[in-house]
Amino acid sequence: MRVGVITFPGTLDDVDAARAVGYAGGEAVKLWHADHDLKDVDAVIVPGGFSYGDYLRCGAIARFAPVMQEVVDAAKKGMPVLGICNGFQILCEAHLLPGALIRNHKLHFVCRDQWLKVENNATAWTSRYDNGAEILVPLKSGEGGYQADQSTLDELEGEGRVVFRYVGENPNGSRNDIAGITSANGRVVGLMPHPEHAIDALTGPTDDGLGMFLSLVDSVVKA
Amino acid sequence: MARVVVDVMPKPEILDPQGQAVANALPRLGFDGITSVRQGKHFELEVADDVDDATLAKIAETFLANPVIEDWVVRRVEA
Repeated sequence: MRVGVITFPGTLDDVDAARAVGYAGGEAVKLWHADHDLKDVDAVIVPGGFSYGDYLRCGAIARFAPVMQEVVDAAKKGMPVLGICNGFQILCEAHLLPGALIRNHKLHFVCRDQWLKVENNATAWTSRYDNGAEILVPLKSGEGGYQADQSTLDELEGEGRVVFRYVGENPNGSRNDIAGITSANGRVVGLMPHPEHAIDALTGPTDDGLGMFLSLVDSVVKA
Repeated sequence: MARVVVDVMPKPEILDPQGQAVANALPRLGFDGITSVRQGKHFELEVADDVDDATLAKIAETFLANPVIEDWVVRRVEA
């Protein structure tokens, strides 16, 4: 069970993502942004940070990185892909997920432990959760406001593709309190909060995030 | 060589918190009568003569702007 973790210039959370994969019993494989090579992995995580300095728009330059072209091709064939924070922004820019992330509505960078409600446990990354479960994981982002036109929102809601929703006060102005969404086939998931920082109560607020990585290992073993 | 300007603006229906912050600051600074501010991006490109309009439009649509949240306009200007 090999899970690729991409590093771009400016990526911050690749080490924690790789550690989370290891906690879940998978083997983390380092992927480099400039390589056209996924190294035969079974799934890919696009981690958080500030790829290419967030110049132009968050994720706008990373989207064109050689490794992302491979990720897009693999995702279209059904490979599970998880985008966390900046990774979510990159997946939106790459059109693997609909919509876009904009500056937080109150302009402040938000860094806090955030309660999320699980709304779809049928994805490759969420099968270990119960629908309606609430989990506590860190949120740390300045451009986390999820935006999409009304027809896209209606489609996401109608098809049950909102995976996580913020509980309590909306931290960033995301439409419909959306924290994370999935692709039509449930294989690609993007979210702004950081499950990889909440895999062990020693180093995070909870171990609630570990379920995402355990879910992935389950889904690949099943397949 | 020609100069090409690309203006990128948040779509009218998309929240523009930066523009709102500027608008809210103006009265505090003593400037009255400004009812709305939208903040966007302005690109100036020096372009070889054989680059056609379709190519410029592709640059704007696929890279300089994100059409999900932004509108864009390309115009050629006197250098």
